Amino acid sequence: MLLGPSLALSAVLFTLGVLGVLVRRNAIVVFMCVELMLNAVNLSFVALAQVHGLGGQVMVIFVMTVAAAEAAVGLAIILAIFRHAQSVDLRQLTLLKG
Amino acid sequence: MTSLVWLTILFPLLGAVINGAIAIRRPEAKGLVSLVGVGALLGSFAVAIGIFLEVLAGDGTATRVLLWQWMPVTERLSIDLTLQVDRLSTVMLLVITGVGSLIHLFSVGYMKSDPGYARYFAYLNLFVAFMLVLVLGASLPVSFIGWEGVGLCSYLLIGFWYEVDANSDAGKKAFLANRIGDFGVLMAMFLLWWHVGTLDYDGLARQAPEVLAYAGAPVTLIALLLFLGCTGKSAQIPLFTWLPDAMAGPTPVSALIHAATMVTAGVFLVVRTGVIFSLAPVAMEVVAITGALTAFFAATIALRQNDIKKVLAYSTVSQLGYMFLAVGTGAWAAGIFHLVTHAFFKALLFLGSGSVIHAMHHAQHAAHAHGDAQDMRLMGGLRRAMPWTFVLMGIATLAIAGVPPLAGFWSKDEILAAAFVRGGGNTIYLVAWGLGLLAALMTAFYMARLMAMTFFGRFRGGDTLEPHLHEAPAVMTGPLVVLGLLSIVGGVLNLPGFAGGSHYLAHWLEPVTDATLPYLDRLEMPHGMTELLLVGGAITIALVGLALGMWTTLRRPVLTPAATPAATGLARVLEGKYFIDELYQKVFVGPTVWFSRRVLWQGIDQFLVDRMGVGGTARVAKGLGWLGSRLQNGHVALYLTLFVAGVVLLMRAVIGGAP
Repeated sequence: MLLGPSLALSAVLFTLGVLGVLVRRNAIVVFMCVELMLNAVNLSFVALAQVHGLGGQVMVIFVMTVAAAEAAVGLAIILAIFRHAQSVDLRQLTLLKG
Repeated sequence: MTSLVWLTILFPLLGAVINGAIAIRRPEAKGLVSLVGVGALLGSFAVAIGIFLEVLAGDGTATRVLLWQWMPVTERLSIDLTLQVDRLSTVMLLVITGVGSLIHLFSVGYMKSDPGYARYFAYLNLFVAFMLVLVLGASLPVSFIGWEGVGLCSYLLIGFWYEVDANSDAGKKAFLANRIGDFGVLMAMFLLWWHVGTLDYDGLARQAPEVLAYAGAPVTLIALLLFLGCTGKSAQIPLFTWLPDAMAGPTPVSALIHAATMVTAGVFLVVRTGVIFSLAPVAMEVVAITGALTAFFAATIALRQNDIKKVLAYSTVSQLGYMFLAVGTGAWAAGIFHLVTHAFFKALLFLGSGSVIHAMHHAQHAAHAHGDAQDMRLMGGLRRAMPWTFVLMGIATLAIAGVPPLAGFWSKDEILAAAFVRGGGNTIYLVAWGLGLLAALMTAFYMARLMAMTFFGRFRGGDTLEPHLHEAPAVMTGPLVVLGLLSIVGGVLNLPGFAGGSHYLAHWLEPVTDATLPYLDRLEMPHGMTELLLVGGAITIALVGLALGMWTTLRRPVLTPAATPAATGLARVLEGKYFIDELYQKVFVGPTVWFSRRVLWQGIDQFLVDRMGVGGTARVAKGLGWLGSRLQNGHVALYLTLFVAGVVLLMRAVIGGAP
């Protein structure tokens, strides 16, 4: 019944993920940080499932499924970007500049 | 017939519309244009005669014809489009349509080869329509429609040959000078509405004496403001400078608008609102002395002009001065009398000068020569080539100079007598009388000079031109003959007692002018010895002036423009028209232009509105856009940071209340 520490760990992991997404330059690392965020949420779902019933655990299955699909699409995009720009450095990908 | 008075306005108005359409579609259809243009006036004249006969049979009460409710604002202020047929408006109606018809007829010949023929007749018809609205209106606002309308037509016709800058400038000048006067009329209308509560001539005559104190400040101010309008429209000091420039228009226009009808509208307005003026003795003095001064100074300028139309223009200003002198003394009938006779002989003089200019122009054309067709120094001896014009202009000259028994003598004598009588108790009127007398001498002088330079001596325009000079066609001389007859017999209208008459016109106008009687001292016209002395003096002055004018002009050969030495001293001042144009240019026009350019245009429009207002708004929008675009730097990290910050803020707001 380690609800408090579990949620705390989840929050720490999520914050690390967010920070990673914000500060890292390598698209692969950013992608990994997104995964980290997803899994931090998964952790909180599982932890809370102890209190609120099985709904949380079911949701984790869904999230993992979506994460798998997202990993496929995301990696494909990164691959396409690399082919296009010969780099996965996000600082150089400024085509959206206004 | 009286109830059909609107027909007199409708005919020329329709003529203007039709001729305007022709001017746009088929300007070469000159036959149709003449038919419509002259026909409209003749139709109008026929109706006018019918009305006149009816008024003649009536007892002098005014007939009011309500056309429609124009501005039913409140119960108190309801301005209707009402026409008023009384004895005063009938006189004006006859003069305008009668003289107007003759001048339209003359124009058929004069303007024959002008490419703007249809446009010309459209304007001329429109002018007559507006002029009739002016004199027939039963209230100030209705008259004001006509008042503004004739100003517009005057502007259009002065600048008729608008390809030449000077002509359109003259049109603008006339328009602006009139605008100053119109401001006065508008102000007077507001004040009348404020104090009296009606703008109807009838209502004013009845109610104004009850509401406005005799010689009080309000009534004096109103009268002076009305008179300001008159100085603009009738070219009196200080607004007279536009009329000589208005000679830039075709000569028949000068005859119709700038001699016979429009410029006399001011005199008409003073008589129409006579009750208001008679309540303000100071304003009456101002009117009289302004008229006398104008008569005097314009006559002095006319002494040294060499352009035949300029002489006549200053002469018109001077004669209008006489009319204001008359109404300023309260001799309403004398003013209207001179208005009518002046319409005859001055229209004749202008049309005669038109005939001369026409001949000069055609001779120059035929001889392939170029020159000023209006410069009298290039004329001379024309009586041989143009006997009809010579004789008729001679008649008009005698009439305006005041030689009995021609029309001008009777009317001018009447005015001077009235001023003399008033002068008995008031020095101002005595001064006005003296000025009028001197102006009469100069009138005879400059007219004799005009005749001498134009018709006597030998022709100075060159040998090649002389064989080509010929009399104008019958369509032009015909109206001249009619006007000549009227100039001879016009005096019959108002013959004084010693000539076997009974002041017919004065009695005829009494239903209109009697309303002023309680506020004016009765004009006791001189009788016996005094009268005969006055009359004898006037005749002597006229004859001396004519003789002097002839003698000084023919004494030695007239110099052509090239041989004329530069004038010096007083002659230079007169030739320069007292440099009043230059003065106005310096004092009014210059500063106005400077203020408009520097302050209004460059200061307010260019700087405040354009650069600060329009440009400023654009710069603010651009600056904000620049700030916004700084966010769009293309770095995903920044977008995400902002996104996260937004989410955090949103969560803070949603969870807000929780600790």
